[in-house]
Amino acid sequence: MAKVSMTVNGKAASGDVEGRTLLSSFLREQLGLTGTHVGCDTSQCGACVVHVDGKAVKACTMLAQEAEGAEVATIEGQANADGSLNTIQQAFQDHHGLQCGFCTPGMVMSAAALLKDNPKPTEAEIRDYLEGNLCRCTGYHNIVKAIMAASGQDVSSIAAE
Amino acid sequence: MPKDNGIGASPKRREDVRFLTGAGNYTDDINVNGQAHVHFLRADVAHATINSIDTSAAEAMPGVVKIFTGADFAEVGGIPCGWGVTDRHGNPQQEPRHPIIAHDTIRHVGEIVAAVVAGTLEQARDAAEAIELDLSDKPAVVNMAAALAEDAPKVHEDLTSNLCYDWVFGNPDDDAVQAAFDSAAHVTTLELVNNRLVANPMEPRVAIGDYSRATDEHTLYTTSQNPHVIRLLMCAFVLGLPEHKVRVIAPDVGGGFGSKIFHYAEEAFCTFAAKACGRAVKWTSTRAEAFISDAHGRDHVTKIELALDADNNFTALRTNTMANMGAYLSTFSTSVPSYLHGTLMAGNYKTPIVQVNVKTVFTNTVPVDAYRGAGRPEATYQLERVIDKAARELGADPIALRRQNFITEFPYETPVALTYDTGDYAATMDKLEQVADVAGFAARRAESEKNGKLRGFGINCYIEACGIAPSNIVGMLGARAGLYDAATVRVNATGSISVMVGAHSHGQGHETSFPQVVADMIGIDESMVDIVHGDTGRVPFGMGTYGSRSIAVCGSAMVRATEKIISKAKKIAAHLMEASDADIELKDGQFTVAGTDKSVAWGDVCLTAYVPHNYPLEELEPGLEETAFYDPANFTYPAGAYACEVEVDPDTGKVSIERFAAADDFGNIINPMIVDGQVHGGLGQGIGQALLENAAYDEDGQLLSASFMDYAMPRADDVPFYQVDHSCQTPCTHNPLGVKGCGEAGAIGSPPAVVNAVIDALQSGGKNVAHIDMPLSPARVWAAMNG
Repeated sequence: MAKVSMTVNGKAASGDVEGRTLLSSFLREQLGLTGTHVGCDTSQCGACVVHVDGKAVKACTMLAQEAEGAEVATIEGQANADGSLNTIQQAFQDHHGLQCGFCTPGMVMSAAALLKDNPKPTEAEIRDYLEGNLCRCTGYHNIVKAIMAASGQDVSSIAAE
Repeated sequence: MPKDNGIGASPKRREDVRFLTGAGNYTDDINVNGQAHVHFLRADVAHATINSIDTSAAEAMPGVVKIFTGADFAEVGGIPCGWGVTDRHGNPQQEPRHPIIAHDTIRHVGEIVAAVVAGTLEQARDAAEAIELDLSDKPAVVNMAAALAEDAPKVHEDLTSNLCYDWVFGNPDDDAVQAAFDSAAHVTTLELVNNRLVANPMEPRVAIGDYSRATDEHTLYTTSQNPHVIRLLMCAFVLGLPEHKVRVIAPDVGGGFGSKIFHYAEEAFCTFAAKACGRAVKWTSTRAEAFISDAHGRDHVTKIELALDADNNFTALRTNTMANMGAYLSTFSTSVPSYLHGTLMAGNYKTPIVQVNVKTVFTNTVPVDAYRGAGRPEATYQLERVIDKAARELGADPIALRRQNFITEFPYETPVALTYDTGDYAATMDKLEQVADVAGFAARRAESEKNGKLRGFGINCYIEACGIAPSNIVGMLGARAGLYDAATVRVNATGSISVMVGAHSHGQGHETSFPQVVADMIGIDESMVDIVHGDTGRVPFGMGTYGSRSIAVCGSAMVRATEKIISKAKKIAAHLMEASDADIELKDGQFTVAGTDKSVAWGDVCLTAYVPHNYPLEELEPGLEETAFYDPANFTYPAGAYACEVEVDPDTGKVSIERFAAADDFGNIINPMIVDGQVHGGLGQGIGQALLENAAYDEDGQLLSASFMDYAMPRADDVPFYQVDHSCQTPCTHNPLGVKGCGEAGAIGSPPAVVNAVIDALQSGGKNVAHIDMPLSPARVWAAMNG
């Protein structure tokens, strides 16, 4: 066991972990931040995407100890200070960009990372960027639409809500 | 102007807020004080005799609480099959014992051989590695035709063969059917495979068993679409527990698509082990485990023949299908290739003679059961593919050929036992032609060809049967359950309402759409109504969510219960206003006496019901809570027409979906936004089946596509924006909302459109390709073009 310390959603967090403890396990089991989901064991599904020092990372693919001293952001820290949904979250709700909700935290975190680097992505750029995020419910239609809307683009001409 | 409240409006989903902020409560998010973890040691061979299992070294490992093997479950029941199919000779299906843990024999890769319960998951995994298995490998049967060969190794030694049942449906008279083919002007024959799929909801399955010695009560937290069904099956058939001592909770569930209907060994195990170990036991499936333990879907091999007369009227249809059951019969496995498939073979067409022949086969593979659509996609795929092939052979327009054969008068009795109550297939086809811009296709094809691509257009129709019912009929067909649903409407003293429903929402948005109905009926704001679901301790006995049944069946129960509430509330209002019950009207949450200006508000009536000071106590009980069970008179029949446009790269065989249009008739619609989303999701899965997904076994029974690295799930860049339309609405005639259900349509209706489009593209490029089996991977398409 080794002690690991990091900043999670702006607050200091620490705990004792085994060498094999994944960041996703540390967040879920030790910090109780269960919004980060684990949907696979091959780093394909992207339900566990968090930000580590500002970069989108699959938390199932990183050891907790590798995040020593890092700034980690999870879905639990994304809402506005008053608790209201942030722009991306609100766009997902407005455009029905989620159904069962399981992939949603990863989708929101990936979308945030994309929009940080590319504030007005095209449809094709969004679809390409989401290569590492699987959704089984939505057929992706409303996820792509929500991200376009969150980036301030007019989505009214895209078929159906 | 779209409505902003009640039935037909699209309020934003209230459940989204918790999902978008990480506050969802999925089963793996739950931890019970003092819980232990179980790791299942799963078979890595498909067929073997278990000579011995030595757990002694493992038991000495750190943290181990207890290790279970098949012997520990010798005294409990096997996992039951929920549907008994009678074969063509009147005999029952062969039904092997389905143990919780393999006892003497391993029959598929992934079957549980031993279970290690330990303080932590890591300890359980480490200990499992120390278990010594002494196995004698046996030859595996994987291919269905080979499994039916006379000298094939048997999956179950105690059965007569690997045949589960040999079933005929529709017209059983072989001679009469053959005569129809003999007299046909044209016969089109097609052999095809409906590829084996893995449902893969993004949330893997989880089960937590908890037991209270104080009350002798069990609680099972599980990722289920139907907690009451799990409780009944587990209590009555497996563990022999009294139902009132068992509570099953399915909290937020991350998608199901059928795969979370079934009662699984892990649920019974955790319930059993919690008592045996004296502490809660938790299991969280890895994705690798999910691939080899969640029931798979589809896996049919079919020959279909369509007879037409000289005027291109369909005169007869005959199918022969082999359907894979896997090694054991999962909960609804036997109903899928029989009644859920055979009854749909008439499709949208007035073919007078239909004969459906199905052999279901045991193999050394994971059990196969319902996956989104369940039998109906298999029916639709073969029918709509053979019609397309016939059109091509006859030089007929595929749309015109379908239109010519449409059923146009309702109610319509099909030759495969259904009565379609309503529909308008020409209207959905008209709508499709408009939405898909059929007229503009030639120009788009020319543009693609300019870019060196082949472009194809494919259409198909579909019909599905939702809300399987009524219970007495399905009972005669072999269902071992009723297929009603239930709702309790509990009005609180201050007028807010909790509706406890038997349906379960795992993405369908019931928490938003169901309150729309109740609020609309009473005329109050939706925010005053909440639904409660997913907990046998809180909701009445309902059958859960599958088969696009929630709003049609449970929604109807909710309407009936709300009607009872309104009826009683009117009596209270009549008393308060000193009027006759018959004169009371309810509108916008106000009770009025017809023809007067007297009125009393909803909230005042509710308060009176619970504070009955001025109340007709001698005639009416206090309180305002009603339950209704609703057993539908018939199935509902959503139907529609879909169109797909593809580009095929002639150099690589890569198919890209350029456009996809869907015109559906779901009857009345509660929340159009949610309905669109359901169609989108179904289309994504159908396109996945058509182009990408395949659960492939090698001849030894090893699943080759057992991870997301190997099983090609559709990704965002595999699909386009879809054009969906559900403005054609012929309301269901026999349920109070006129609704039909929309959950599976997209997955049922889309695979044939994709394949028809690819064939069209290849033909346009001068390639004489009549058929390619799904998934239409670049390798398969390229091989067909160059073969």
